[in-house]
Amino acid sequence: MSDTHAQTVAFVRETEIPPAPPPGRETGVYKWMRENLFSSIPNSVLTIVALALIYSLLSGTLPWLLNGVWNTSSLQECREVLDGQVGACFSVLTERWNQLLYGFKYPVEEYWRPNLALLLLLIALAPVLFFDLPRKLLAFTAVYPFIAFWLIWGGSILVPIVALLGFVAAGVVFQKYGKGSFAVGFFGGILAAIVVWNVGGFLIPEGASENAMLAAVPSRDLGGFMLNMMLGVTCVSLSVPLGIALALGRQSSMPLIKWICVVFIEFVRGVPLITLLFVASVMLSYFFPPDATVDLFLRVVIMITLFSSAYIAEVIRGGLAALPKGQYEAADSLGLDYPQAMRLIILPQALKISIPGIVNVAVGLFKDTTLVSVISMFDLLGMIRGPILASTEWNGVYWELLGFAAFLFFVVCYGISQYSQWLERRLATDHR
Amino acid sequence: MSELMSDRAIDRSKMQVSDEVAIEINNMNKWYGSFHVLRDINLTVNRGERIVIAGPSGSGKSTLIRCLNALEEHQQGKIVVDGTELSNDLKNIDKIRSEVGMVFQHFNLFPHLTILENCTLAPIWVRKTPKKEAEERAMHFLEKVKIPDQAHKYPGMLSGGQQQRVAIARSLCMMPRIMLFDEPTSALDPEMIKEVLDTMIELAEEGMTMLCVTHEMGFARQVANRVIFMADGQIVEQNEPEEFFNNPKSERTQQFLSQILGH
Ligand SMILES: Nc1ncnc2c1ncn2[C@@H]1O[C@H](COP(=O)(O)OP(=O)(O)OP(=O)(O)O)[C@@H](O)[C@H]1O
Ligand SMILES: [Mg+2]
Repeated sequence: MSDTHAQTVAFVRETEIPPAPPPGRETGVYKWMRENLFSSIPNSVLTIVALALIYSLLSGTLPWLLNGVWNTSSLQECREVLDGQVGACFSVLTERWNQLLYGFKYPVEEYWRPNLALLLLLIALAPVLFFDLPRKLLAFTAVYPFIAFWLIWGGSILVPIVALLGFVAAGVVFQKYGKGSFAVGFFGGILAAIVVWNVGGFLIPEGASENAMLAAVPSRDLGGFMLNMMLGVTCVSLSVPLGIALALGRQSSMPLIKWICVVFIEFVRGVPLITLLFVASVMLSYFFPPDATVDLFLRVVIMITLFSSAYIAEVIRGGLAALPKGQYEAADSLGLDYPQAMRLIILPQALKISIPGIVNVAVGLFKDTTLVSVISMFDLLGMIRGPILASTEWNGVYWELLGFAAFLFFVVCYGISQYSQWLERRLATDHR
Repeated sequence: MSELMSDRAIDRSKMQVSDEVAIEINNMNKWYGSFHVLRDINLTVNRGERIVIAGPSGSGKSTLIRCLNALEEHQQGKIVVDGTELSNDLKNIDKIRSEVGMVFQHFNLFPHLTILENCTLAPIWVRKTPKKEAEERAMHFLEKVKIPDQAHKYPGMLSGGQQQRVAIARSLCMMPRIMLFDEPTSALDPEMIKEVLDTMIELAEEGMTMLCVTHEMGFARQVANRVIFMADGQIVEQNEPEEFFNNPKSERTQQFLSQILGH
C-alpha cells in the first residue's frame, strides 16, 4: 500500500450523524387497496374474480342461514312455515339436541353426569396444557379418569377405586424397585396392579352396581357427540405416551425391543383404521379369555389408540432424529442415566419439535372417531345417519345436520390447532 | 494457527503434579468397524497434570478423550479413571462420568433450559444435591466464569464465548476431579477464544487435572506440563512444552509443528 493512497483514504469522523426517523409511508385505505388488491392488471383481475366468488357464496348461503326456522317439530311443519321461501330447518337441531349430543339411549335424567365430567375435564386438562399453573393441580388430573369413568358409566364406586388402587400399587412398586433395575420395577409394578385388580374384583360383591349411588349405564347406551369426545380424549391421551414409548423403542439398542416396535409401527401404518375397527367390533374378543366380555367401547379405544400411536411414534422419531448428537453426549457426560437423559434433556426438545405433527395426528384422530358409526355405534354421525335421518319427522334434512356436525368438529379442531400454535410460541427459547 | 498468549502472569503456586495416578491407559485399542482408530495407547496421567493433546485432523484425539468417559467404547486394553476401571458395567460408567467433566467443541448446552438450570440439572438429579444448594454452587461457578448476570437467560441468547464458559461452569458444578476439553475454542471467534482460554488457565491455576485437545499452542506453552502428539491413532511423541516446541524429535512432529506454527 502506498503512502499517498493511504492518506487520501484516511478519515476520522468529527461530527455525529443524528438518528433520523425512517421515511414516512403513505397510509389509508386507498393506499392499502392499491398495494394489496390492485397492484397490477392480473392482480386486479384475480381480486375481482375472488370478490365475485365470495359474493355468490354468501348470496347463496346467507338467506338460507338467516331465514332458518328454529322451532318446529318436523320437516313437514318446517316447510309449511317457510312456505316456499329459502330457509334452513334448524329446528331439527333444537328438537333433536339431546340425541345429537348424548345419543338416544343415555337416560335423560342423568345428563348432568357427562356434563359434570366435561366440566371436570377442563379442570384436569388445565395443568397439562398450561404448565405455568401450579404442579399440584396434576394430582387431580391423575384421579380424573377414575372420576370420569364413574360419572359416565355409574355403577359401583368400588370399580374405579379398585382400578385406581391397582395403579397406585404399580406406582409404589416401581418407585421402590425401579431405582435398582428398571425391568424389575416395571414388571413388578404390572404384577402388583394385576394382583390388586384380581383381589379387588373378587371382593366387590356381586350386584354391587344394582342399587349404586349412580345408576349404571352400559357402554352401548353412550352416543352422540359425547361419544366422539370420549373417544377422542381417551385415545389422544393414551396414544401420546404409547407413541413416545414406541419411538424410544424403535431407537433402542436392544434388538428384540427395536424389532417389535418396528414391526408394530409398520404393520399398523399399513392397515386402514376402518379395518382395525371391524376387527375390534367382531374379532377382538377371540384374543381375550373366552369368558371375558370386553366392552365394545374399550375395544374401539384400544384399536384407535394403537392406530394413532404408530403415527405419533413416527412423528416423535422425526423429532428425536432432529436433535444434534451433542445433546445425548452432553447428557451422558454429566452422568445422567438413560431415563433421566430422556426425560430431562431429549424428550422435552424432541416433543417440542414434534408438536405440529402430534397435533396433526390428534386432529385426525378426533375426526376419525366418526368412523365408529360404521360399526354401528351411535356417535354424532351415527345418530344423524341412523335414528334422526331415518325418522319420519326429519327424513331429508341433510344440510342442517351435517353442517352442524361439521361445525362442532371444526370448533374443537380449530381450538386444538390454536392451542398448539400458542404452545410453540411459548416454548420458543432458542431464538437468537 | 494462533499463538495466543495470556497477557497476565500465571500463578503456578498450586499447579503441582502429585504422585497419585488419575488416569491410566494400558495397551488400549479401538476400532470403528474395521478401521483401527486408536493403536496401542499407553498413557498415565497423574493428579494435577495439564496435558495438551495435539495432532493432525483425524488422528484420533477426540476419540481418545471420549474413551476416557465412555462416550466411545474401547475394544481392547484397560482404562482406569480415578481408580475405577472402565468396563461394560453401567454403574462404573455413571460413576466415572460424574467424576469427569467434559467440554465440547460445540458447547452442547441444553437450549430448552436456562443457564442456571443447565448448571443445576446434573447436581440435582445425579448427585441428589438439594435445589437451593445446587443453585448457590451454580452461581458461584457462574461468577467464576464471569457471567452471573446471564443466569436466567437461555443459551441461544448468549455469544459463543459466553456459552462455552457456561459449559465449563456446568461441568464444574459436578465438582469433577478431572476435566476433559475437546477443542473448546475451535468454534469461536478470536476475541472470544481468549476469554475461554483465560477461564481454563484459572482452572489450571487451581490444580485441576486437565486433558485438553487444542490447537492453541500458546495455551500449551503457558499452561501444559506435557504435550502429547498423536498421528494415525498412535501417540507419536510426548514431552514438556519447551522441549516439544523447540526440539521436536520425530519427523511427523516437526512437519506438524512447521505447518501449525507457520514457519
Ligand atoms: N463414529 C465414527 N465412525 C467411524 N469412523 C469415525 C467415527 N468417528 C470418527 N471416526 C474416524 O476416526 C478417525 C479419528 O477421528 P477423531 O474425531 O478422533 O479425530 P480428531 O483427531 O479428533 O480430528 P479433528 O482434529 O478433526 O477433530 C477419523 O478418521 C474419523 O474419520
Ligand atoms: Mg476432534
